Amino acid sequence: MTTDLPLTGRARPDRVPHSLPEWRALGGYQAVERALALTPLQVLDTVDAAALNGRGGAGFPAARKWRFMPAAADAVSPGPNYLIVNGDEMEPGAFKDRFLLEALPHQLIEGTIIAGFATHATEAIVLIRDDYRAAIAGLTRAIAEAEAAGLLGDNILNTGYSLHIRVHPSAGRYIVGEETALIAALEGGRAMPRKRPPFPAQSGLWGRPTTVNNVETISHVPHILAHGAQWFRALSRTEEGGTKLYGLSGRVNRPGLIEAPMGTTARELIDRAGGVSGNGRLLCFQPGGGATGFLGPEALDVPMDFGHVAKAGSMLGTGTLIVLDETACPVEVTARHMAYYARESCGWCVPCREGLPWAARILHALEEGTARREDLQALHDIAREASPRGRSFCDLMGGAMGPLASLLSRFGDLVDDHLHGGCPRRRAP
Amino acid sequence: MTLPADLETRIRHLVAHEGGPRAAMLETLRSVQAAEGWVSDERLAQVAAVLGVTPAELDGVASFYSLIFRRPVGRTVILLCDGASCGLNGADAIRDAIRDRLGIGYGQTTPDGRFTLINSACVGGCDRAPAAVVGPDRTLVGPLTPALLEELIGGAP
Ligand SMILES: Cc1cc2nc3c(=O)[nH]c(=O)nc-3n(C[C@H](O)[C@H](O)[C@H](O)COP(=O)(O)O)c2cc1C
Ligand code: SF4
Repeated sequence: MTTDLPLTGRARPDRVPHSLPEWRALGGYQAVERALALTPLQVLDTVDAAALNGRGGAGFPAARKWRFMPAAADAVSPGPNYLIVNGDEMEPGAFKDRFLLEALPHQLIEGTIIAGFATHATEAIVLIRDDYRAAIAGLTRAIAEAEAAGLLGDNILNTGYSLHIRVHPSAGRYIVGEETALIAALEGGRAMPRKRPPFPAQSGLWGRPTTVNNVETISHVPHILAHGAQWFRALSRTEEGGTKLYGLSGRVNRPGLIEAPMGTTARELIDRAGGVSGNGRLLCFQPGGGATGFLGPEALDVPMDFGHVAKAGSMLGTGTLIVLDETACPVEVTARHMAYYARESCGWCVPCREGLPWAARILHALEEGTARREDLQALHDIAREASPRGRSFCDLMGGAMGPLASLLSRFGDLVDDHLHGGCPRRRAP
Repeated sequence: MTLPADLETRIRHLVAHEGGPRAAMLETLRSVQAAEGWVSDERLAQVAAVLGVTPAELDGVASFYSLIFRRPVGRTVILLCDGASCGLNGADAIRDAIRDRLGIGYGQTTPDGRFTLINSACVGGCDRAPAAVVGPDRTLVGPLTPALLEELIGGAP
């Protein structure tokens, strides 16, 4: 196995998933055997020592989240613990979980069993966006194979641990990816985010202790158990363990996914993606999807992990970069993002429900050349009022402000130029 | 049209297995759509009655999700990405090409019932921008070009 590319090294280029015998021949399910020979706490401590941060966007340490999950004996009332694997992936610019789901379903199952064991889960649900039909079919097939082989289901490998996994396709809405909204979606109704506390680990799906983790987070877990925490940390260039499945899209010559050490710089990633397309000169990039603020060429050498990118003034988010060359217009890109976030707002909070469409309209007007100076003032007001955390019920609104606030602070002159007849980059030269 | 017996059986099964009628709302809607392509007012009222919830409550769920269709859609639904990465790679030109070729914009269906065009960001195919997911299997297609578009249109039912 390619140990420097633990996450993707075994994948086939055509993304056809492995059958169970093929996967076992590649060492599959050894990590599960190893993990289930330990105690849940030992597994948890191993993942803790590996410094695995959640890959869903916020970078919260996986083991720290797992520690909140009560063992059955400690639970206030008997019943299931749930592990939910989040494969909604509707963040603009993100396409990494699709690959892990489509090409490597057994890796995800292994990770789910191990994470389930550590969190005392009795049931696991993998939520996948409905557009990922190949992923849904492939994972469903892989689950059946693993169950038939005694690797999943009741009394896994005769260890006494039982876990059932089911696949749940989402009916389509960005907010479903937010963990409390996801829980509401699984309960069959409108996917409205819920108040925290209580956190899902205390009261989640059907009021039961629940952990929600991203597909990539879970897919890293088997390798930590197979090779150890120190090995996992050594994969990274920074304090945050492991490799990262980065992605590049927008104006690059070879868009695609790149598994690389956590902390790889944007310069290296863009180089490996064949360099900037368009006029070949970088204007700016979003480090991790639509909801992350723009960074300029000065940030090309920032190690791309959660801590360093935050220090540089943005967020690692999903780690899927959106690249703009000098001929691309960040106002247009922000307008597209804002139109999306406005459409996807669940409508619960007034600033989000009203503010995002307002911002989207102004950005559109700027592009079209119909915006006035008062509109620009309103745009600044929205960014100022809506950016601080805690002004809305969930992080959708704050996320939407990422590109807007950085657009206004970084590209103020260019935004101003739009007041005189629309996008200067679209006007005839 | 009365509710087909197999759909009613399926809904009762869902109620028993999803943890009650409210928990079964979303899966019920998905089942209706799987059978009929969309969820009409008439069906909505009928399945709400089977579930024992009001049509308004069920519509609250239906209308919340983008992929539950409350209007008839064409045999081939084109979910064209209008997100940033596709936008940076010519998504608007593809939208315009579809308008020129099929005479439909976002949210519209061709009069012959073959195609519906819906904007959808992001489709998780940013490495294949401009991208779309097309048809009942939600096949990812891209990078879209006028030639590829022509092929798609020709090959669709
Ligand atoms: C609007 C919104 C959408 C989100 N969408 C996703 C998603 O599609 N996938 C995901 O893993 N996390 C998503 N998240 C983050 C989740 O709420 C949650 O933090 C994450 O699934 C936890 O996984 P992790 O700890 O492994 O990163 C979203 C958050 C917000 C606010
Ligand atoms: S911030 Fe937006 S998406 Fe989140 S709860 Fe409020 S209205 Fe809903």
